[in-house]
Amino acid sequence: MSVTPAEVRLAARLGPREVFGAFWTHPVLRAALKAILTIWVTTTLTFFLIRLMPGSPVDLKIDELMQTSNGALTYDDARAIASGLFSIDLNAPLHEQYLSFMGNVLHGNLGNSFLSAGTSVTSIILAVLPWTLFAVGTGLLLSFSVGIALGLLAAYRRNSFFDRLVTTGGSVVSSIPNYLLALMIVVILGSQLRLIPIAQMRGAFSPGMHPGFTLDFIGDIFYHASLPITIFFLTQLGNWILSMRSATLAALDEDYVVAARARGLTDGRITTAYVGRNAILPLVTQFAIATGFVLGGAVVIEQIFVYEGIGLRLLAAINQRDYPLVQGILLITTTAVVIANLAADLLYGRLDPRIGRAGGATG
Amino acid sequence: MIETLRLLSRRPVALIGLGGVIFFVLLAYVAPLVVSLQDAPDVTSVYLSPSLAHPLGTDYQGRDVLNQIVHGGADILTVAFLAAFISTAIAVTFGSLSATLGGRFDAATLGLTDIVLTIPQLIVLIVVAAIVHPSSFLVMAVILALLQWASLLRQVRAQVLSLKERDYVEAARSLDLGIFHIIFREMLPNMTSYIVIHFILAMTQAIYAQVGLIILGLVPLSGENWAIMLYFARDQGALYFRDSLWYILSPILAIVLFQLSLVSLASGLEDIFNPRLRAA
Repeated sequence: MSVTPAEVRLAARLGPREVFGAFWTHPVLRAALKAILTIWVTTTLTFFLIRLMPGSPVDLKIDELMQTSNGALTYDDARAIASGLFSIDLNAPLHEQYLSFMGNVLHGNLGNSFLSAGTSVTSIILAVLPWTLFAVGTGLLLSFSVGIALGLLAAYRRNSFFDRLVTTGGSVVSSIPNYLLALMIVVILGSQLRLIPIAQMRGAFSPGMHPGFTLDFIGDIFYHASLPITIFFLTQLGNWILSMRSATLAALDEDYVVAARARGLTDGRITTAYVGRNAILPLVTQFAIATGFVLGGAVVIEQIFVYEGIGLRLLAAINQRDYPLVQGILLITTTAVVIANLAADLLYGRLDPRIGRAGGATG
Repeated sequence: MIETLRLLSRRPVALIGLGGVIFFVLLAYVAPLVVSLQDAPDVTSVYLSPSLAHPLGTDYQGRDVLNQIVHGGADILTVAFLAAFISTAIAVTFGSLSATLGGRFDAATLGLTDIVLTIPQLIVLIVVAAIVHPSSFLVMAVILALLQWASLLRQVRAQVLSLKERDYVEAARSLDLGIFHIIFREMLPNMTSYIVIHFILAMTQAIYAQVGLIILGLVPLSGENWAIMLYFARDQGALYFRDSLWYILSPILAIVLFQLSLVSLASGLEDIFNPRLRAA
């Protein structure tokens, strides 16, 4: 086998920069690389916030240990205990602390909760995360599908009464902060009119219910999640209506729609296969961004409705100064959002054949 | 400017938005000078319904709610304004530098922008606030701004990339007028409309995040403001009393109406500045 001069030159040039460059131009690898980078940045940020801030959680814990022991513990003793609690060797140089911390995270070891000794952070998160994902996911999917239908219809009936009602209503409701809407529901529908048994609906499911795939249990979890779902649905709906409406209006002007009409295709076929399909594309990316936004808002919403999800746990952990748990929840939620974005990126490439070909337009 | 106001006067929604913003700015900054703060608790008048003496009723300590609404706007508005200002400054400076310089600087800025756009901002904000305990306006505004600049930066960058090819920019470059002259004197005036709209929307985001943090009790509470009223309303269980309706509804309505005013003003301006939408 003869080696051409070009191949020799290529092999010689294949340094780390070229490999990185090759990763960067490939759309799928690039999306994956970005996802990993994002998780890494958040992890690093939390590590340094917890380790280096004046009055950082580690310092606070040491102070607390010394105070509660009434002088029985010296600073070094307290520091040693804190080291154990944070699974960080505080005597090691900072970069070694960082490396061992990252190593633990990579092995899925997020440490132990301060409060319930021996309970791993991972197990606590696994117990509450599904409820949040369930409420947020249902709310988002519901608002996405209803919003798209209404937006499409509004665009078709541009400037009609229906169009005005839907767009104004949507933009008014979506500019109300979601937790204020939640407070209004509690106050007006719950306390004033007594239409909703707010207290009964707390938690992720009724006490005494046995988790399982029974009709009762599924009904029960929907019952308990219905208020958060309603809030996510109402406050996101307007965005989807407005985005879908303007995307549809833009698509309606395209030449291929005119051509499809000229070819005598039915309106139904034009709406679904030509207009709708193209109008939905940009909304896929927005969906991923909305996931992050709604997940953040869920912390406040869960607090207001006392829904046993990850947000309620995060607040409890913050109030109890349970920092390993705080850090773990931050990492998990970030990872969840990053994965949603990655999925949207990949899905977008599949849905729109123009993307990803010949390193075409991205971002 | 006059042309903008003339166009604005033809759009009822934008006009209502502008009126609302002016109303709340006057309420927050001028009204407290006229009406003195009455924060002495009065246990004999807890949770009173609206009356002539107390147009919005009283709170759990018998204090006048309207008085608290008047004195509770300045903090929220100041932090929102500062946060919007800082995030806009970051976005405009780095967005235009990134587009003009290109190369590795551009790649690094874009990468960082993508990361900030992806992370769940409110959760990061909650954790950061819980650790940092922002006690001054400025610290609070900086923290809010640091998570807000990303989407505007992308848009500024895209705008500059297209403006870069215009003749007058080429001319300025060939006259060797320097990068800061080109960005701030030649390009920026063409993006004013864009930046103003984003500034307004950044204020709404800052209010959203700020009020959320205060309601959760993650920011050291001091003084009077609408969000602190809501924090105490929850803390004191006022949510579940039937008599406390106006006490809770007043700060909620103040925040919601101010948000709505900002959003309507922004969308009105967008209609005016974007002739393609205007025609439709």
